[in-house]
Amino acid sequence: MFANFDINFVLFGVMPYVALTIFLVGSIARYERDPFTWKSSSSQLLRRKQLIWGSILFHVGILTVFFGHLIGLFTPVRVLDAFGIPYALKQWMAVLIGGPAGIAALIGATMLLHRRLSDPRIRVTSSYADIAILGLIWLQLAIGLLTITQTLQHMDGSEMVRFMTWSQSVVTWNLNAWVTVVDVHWLYKLHIFLGLIITMLFPFTRLVHIWSGFAAPLRYLLGRPGYQIVRSRRKSALPAPSGPVSATTHAAVPPRAMGRPEASIANPAE
Amino acid sequence: MSHLLDRMNFLQSKELERFSNGHGQVTRESRDWEETYRNRWRHDKIVRSTHGVNCTGSCSWKIYVKSGIVTWETQQTDYPRMRPDLPNHEPRGCARGASYSWYLYSANRVKNPLVRGRLMKAWRKMRETMTPIEAWTALQNDPILRASYVETRGKGGFVRASWDEATEITAAANAYTARTYGPDRIFGFSPIPAMSMISYAAGSRYLSLMGGVCMSFYDWYCDLPPASPMTWGEQTDVPESADWYNAGYLLLWGSNVPQTRTPDAHFYTEARYRGTKSAVICPDYSEAAKFGDVWLNAKQGTDAALAMAFGHVILREFHLDWQAEYFEEYCRKYSDFPMLVKIEDKDGRMIPGRFLRADDLDGKLGQANNPEWKTVALDETSGALVAPNGSIGYRWGEDGEWNLEEKAAGAEIALRMSQILDEDHDEVIGVDFPYFGADATEAFDAGDRRPNVLTRNVPVRRIQTAEGEVAVATVFDLFCANYGLDRGLGGDWVARHYDEDVPGTPKWAEKITGVRADKIVHVAREFAQTAEKTNGKSMIIIGAAMNHWYHMDMNYRGVINMLVMCGCVGQSGGGWAHYVGQEKLRPQTGWLPLAFALDWGRPPRHMNSTSAWYAHTDQWRYETLTAGEILSPTAPDGDWDISLIDYNIRAERMGWLPSAPQLKTNPLEVAKAAKAAGREIPDYVAEQLKSGDLEMSCEDPDAPENWPRNLFVWRSNLLGSSGKGHEYFLKHLLGTDHGVLGRDLGEEGRAKPKEARWHENAPRGKLDLLVTIDFRMSTTAVYSDIVLPTASWYEKNDLNTSDMHPFIHPLQAAVDPAYESKSDWEIFKAIAYKVQQVAPEILGKETDIVALPILHDTPGELAQDQVRDWKAGECDLIPGKTAPNFIAVERDYTAIGDRFCALGPLMDKLGNGGKGIAWKTGSEVQHLRDLNGVWEDGPAKGCARIVTDIDATEVVLMLAPETNGAVAVKAWEALSKATGRDHTHLARPKADEKIRFRDIAAQPRKIISSPTWSGLESEHVCYNAGYTNVHELIPWRTLTGRQQLYQDHLWMRAFGEGFVSYRPPVDLKTITKEVRDAGDSLVLNFITPHQKWGIHSTYSDNLLMLTLNRGGPVIWISENDARSAGIVDNDWVELYNANGALTARAVVSQRIKDGTTFMYHAQEKIVNTPGSEKTCKRGGIHNSVTRAVPKPTHMIGGYAQQSYGFNYYGTVGANRDEFVVVRKMKKVDWLDREKSWKAPAQEAAE
Repeated sequence: MFANFDINFVLFGVMPYVALTIFLVGSIARYERDPFTWKSSSSQLLRRKQLIWGSILFHVGILTVFFGHLIGLFTPVRVLDAFGIPYALKQWMAVLIGGPAGIAALIGATMLLHRRLSDPRIRVTSSYADIAILGLIWLQLAIGLLTITQTLQHMDGSEMVRFMTWSQSVVTWNLNAWVTVVDVHWLYKLHIFLGLIITMLFPFTRLVHIWSGFAAPLRYLLGRPGYQIVRSRRKSALPAPSGPVSATTHAAVPPRAMGRPEASIANPAE
Repeated sequence: MSHLLDRMNFLQSKELERFSNGHGQVTRESRDWEETYRNRWRHDKIVRSTHGVNCTGSCSWKIYVKSGIVTWETQQTDYPRMRPDLPNHEPRGCARGASYSWYLYSANRVKNPLVRGRLMKAWRKMRETMTPIEAWTALQNDPILRASYVETRGKGGFVRASWDEATEITAAANAYTARTYGPDRIFGFSPIPAMSMISYAAGSRYLSLMGGVCMSFYDWYCDLPPASPMTWGEQTDVPESADWYNAGYLLLWGSNVPQTRTPDAHFYTEARYRGTKSAVICPDYSEAAKFGDVWLNAKQGTDAALAMAFGHVILREFHLDWQAEYFEEYCRKYSDFPMLVKIEDKDGRMIPGRFLRADDLDGKLGQANNPEWKTVALDETSGALVAPNGSIGYRWGEDGEWNLEEKAAGAEIALRMSQILDEDHDEVIGVDFPYFGADATEAFDAGDRRPNVLTRNVPVRRIQTAEGEVAVATVFDLFCANYGLDRGLGGDWVARHYDEDVPGTPKWAEKITGVRADKIVHVAREFAQTAEKTNGKSMIIIGAAMNHWYHMDMNYRGVINMLVMCGCVGQSGGGWAHYVGQEKLRPQTGWLPLAFALDWGRPPRHMNSTSAWYAHTDQWRYETLTAGEILSPTAPDGDWDISLIDYNIRAERMGWLPSAPQLKTNPLEVAKAAKAAGREIPDYVAEQLKSGDLEMSCEDPDAPENWPRNLFVWRSNLLGSSGKGHEYFLKHLLGTDHGVLGRDLGEEGRAKPKEARWHENAPRGKLDLLVTIDFRMSTTAVYSDIVLPTASWYEKNDLNTSDMHPFIHPLQAAVDPAYESKSDWEIFKAIAYKVQQVAPEILGKETDIVALPILHDTPGELAQDQVRDWKAGECDLIPGKTAPNFIAVERDYTAIGDRFCALGPLMDKLGNGGKGIAWKTGSEVQHLRDLNGVWEDGPAKGCARIVTDIDATEVVLMLAPETNGAVAVKAWEALSKATGRDHTHLARPKADEKIRFRDIAAQPRKIISSPTWSGLESEHVCYNAGYTNVHELIPWRTLTGRQQLYQDHLWMRAFGEGFVSYRPPVDLKTITKEVRDAGDSLVLNFITPHQKWGIHSTYSDNLLMLTLNRGGPVIWISENDARSAGIVDNDWVELYNANGALTARAVVSQRIKDGTTFMYHAQEKIVNTPGSEKTCKRGGIHNSVTRAVPKPTHMIGGYAQQSYGFNYYGTVGANRDEFVVVRKMKKVDWLDREKSWKAPAQEAAE
């Protein structure tokens, strides 16, 4: 076994599972144990300047890149084939959409990193993890953009299919998935490796706000029609008013309290 | 169970219903998150306690405890309601108190007993082979070893010790000191018992059992206004803050109520809503200024001139041109205005002399008892001279006539105030009054070049006395002349109109104070009019500020004169509201026996701190103020040209002021020698003193036998707060690094004292051992040899009262003392038992000799109607009469601990009392036996137990008239006997009331009226000083028995203070050519008021309070002064003069008057204080640039109200006359590395 030892097996065969396990178990543990640390730790109160541009550029870029990766890697090849989408076209789309988005994210991350390091108040209120994770993301963006140089050398999409195959193999418990990426350029490997590292660090950093980032908007879009929310301790709804009770009865004083004998509740007009 | 699983309920609808057409939604989503916030404010219990911090607030607080930890505090709101039409007391509290719980678990908490490392090392090594006493003896006899720890004071290096070890060193040191030098070389300093009475009593009880010295504080803090004892024979008595609400006119004079009386300030606001008019006088635009209808920003230090101008207007409009009936009657009955003063002839000049007394007249007006102490006035009805009831001669040696009834020798009288009518005087003569206005230094120069003697015409009568014919004038006539009022008698230096520039007029005051004359007239008129219409409801609220000037008595007497002229003192809503420290220890007479171990031996050793520190920190060696500078040009003949310490020595020798140490020879040895010689102790000591074989310690403070050897500091931050002359403390008392920049008299070649022995080389490091007991690592703790961790205010049981309200309420242990700390009671108990364990090696049952000065409120206060010094051969040495008394006190050093924990037998035997009256207290002692239990065995067999702090509180509460109605009745009965009037009706309704500790734990309680105080606690009036004098006709405890506005003691006249006058601040000469660096141009008057972000030094190291200000020491300067020295806001600046230097940040503000700098005291130098460029040591505290300067008039004794009392009379630590150089710092060095630069100046000076 050790004679056949291949570092690629560890990095691309085993590490994804380790990373995803840490990611999931870690997130749950954090949510259970330290719910009040589950936040984005915004430093907007300390300084708005540079945050607005930096943050918007970064978030728009990174969300585009993120969803690009998600859709691009996890859409089964068969689906592409079924719709007759040429791999080259998909490759072009990835470069044309992902490239500018990645550049935007990198500019944003640079601004944020500069701001975090240069403003003395933000610097002292930053944890080690705050700075480290931002640095790693910056690095990951830079490497990701560098891989475009490789991608442009084989625009037929063959390399892309390899990554799709690898990703999909991982989530379908195909333990030989790692062999599909053994021969790719080291920049891609570095990019994947760093991605897995970030996945592992995710639960222990401010990145956990991404979970909520998905949950919160959905909730407000779908489950919160009211402007005013009353969180009741009641477990069930009030019994629906029965009979011909007009809206005004709710405000009226019950007749018994007025000391009158057995007046008709049903007919307040009496 | 699980946050996540509980939320896995996506399929369940959260919506219950909708409302408002669907805009609102009722949901049943999880509300568990709310629990977190609810738990944040949940607690296990609330315990009532307070803050023992000398803020006068005495606010009751709720202390919240959660999981055994104090979490926070909020204000109690359950004070007993007073009566309709009076606002509630609550809420009481301030931001400082609300931040206190921070201290309990802060890094600054003292957590273990700490001992200076080098001391500990030497001690442990010696203890391997030696007993504790041997070890300490060896340590002290080895000068190198002693110096090894003495020189490291203030430089870190503490190690943890066990309680056993720390108390053992302390006990051994105390025992060694008592045996070697005398027990009076063991000093203890702790202030303001009222803030935590039992904690104070713990230390003072231990010291008193040992024979150690309890040092005064009120005078040392300069909060004691000597004008109060001079005028009223009362230390300080003031209205409670609720009485402000009853005032018709409130004059705030140098008091910053919202900042320094925060919990009481609401009464000021409420009074304003009620319609009370208010004027505010202070040089800066203070927080109080905004309350005023008018703000008078008088130049600092000139208040007496303003007060004289006010008085001038009041006299003119309400006493002379028109006589307000109420004022006339009040002054006749309650002031010394009608008393006659002899006009003395000094080389042809006529000068006001002594009061005329019965003794001066042939036949002594029939007075056989104390005729020399009975003042004389003229009776309108009979036209004869009479000795009216109430003067101090009636107080002692007879009963029944010491009252303010308008009677003399049993007959009704009506005293004549003025001899202005032609038929009432024989002639009009020119009388000399001293004038000091032209003495002003440059900073206070108003261009006044008048002569220093002003002769004014006064109507006099000629009468026959035993020594021939003399001219006599009434105090009132002299008083009016002194205020420069033209009464149609002709002559110079009097004014008819306010705009004449004659000393005393508003126009004159305008030039000095900068306040416009029309404003002065306006305020004076309104003040008096209000008093006239309301029978005295004009009040002056006054802070310590004016009292901190060297000539504070002039400021204060100027103010008091206004109040007396307008009949305000003793009237609800009126009077003198002097608020400084929390000195009102309401159950005082119950507390005294516990605190000073009067149950085991009397008297205790008390010392006035100003004189003691002046001598022992060698500040006298640097004294540049000479008596000649402050002497009156009209001084009677005498040997006045001596230095200030010489005056103090004379005062101690004549029994005026106390001494510590007392005799150069160990009193235990003197007693042995007396016994061996078979002589009575007083006689023996007198004889030895006369022969010169015995010497009083005061004559040679630098001799090693006379050094204070051990010092306890507890409940106090002596070095970081009140220690005037901080750097001198460090240099001479402690013997460590210091920042003194000036040179002593020897080095300067100035005249040296005549009486005090001069040593060429001043001693350094007089103290063998400094023990500080604190809960926080204060500046004093940092300089100590041993630091003992004490319980905080939320960790002990104690009692608390204040001047500001009539309630007594507790401190309570909300939690046990944290870490290894113990309550003060437990600490001193432990030390006492340790002494009992180690001392018998060298000490057994011993006879000690206590030198007792002549005390106020005792028959002795009639000791010296003439000033005579036995050492100068002017009289014989008679202990207790012409010198201190020398009293034998038995001590048992083998039972110090046992005695500490038991109420001794003297309470049964001798009874209890206070302020000149006494009562038996046997039944209360029996109650205490029943309540606390009895010792069945040992040296205290049969005595009531005082084991815990709560036991101790019960002793106080049981014995005090204020908390035990039966005792109150007894006390009033005792007073009734002296006055001949029945006062018991004031307490009878409460005769059955007994307030216990658990009562006040339930709710603060109003105290019971007692004769210890001059105000009443009743359902009808607020507490107000002098109320019983006016309404019960109890005399003031003065020579005349009345409010005494003329002071006739020889020294008062010599120093020109018979009457009030404006005396400019003195020249302390601390900015010398040698000290001042070239180019440093800005010189400012150094003012140190009470701060906003702390109470004295407490809270000044509290993170929460530091966050509210600049996070460290600051000084304030005006924009103009800052600009002139190139200083901008928040710059680091250095302030220095010959006394030392300090560093701070500058706050540049419009509200500060040009020419002054404020440094709110006391900002600890342990927080954010860089090194000084001037001294090359860490920047000091505010007192690094001050030095104590005593005043001879405060040393007077043996003379009625001017007799010594602990914290009642004596020298005071004035500090406002000081000037400093202010400059921007070039380089801020935190001294946190190895020495980066050398100090050439300092090295050369060493």
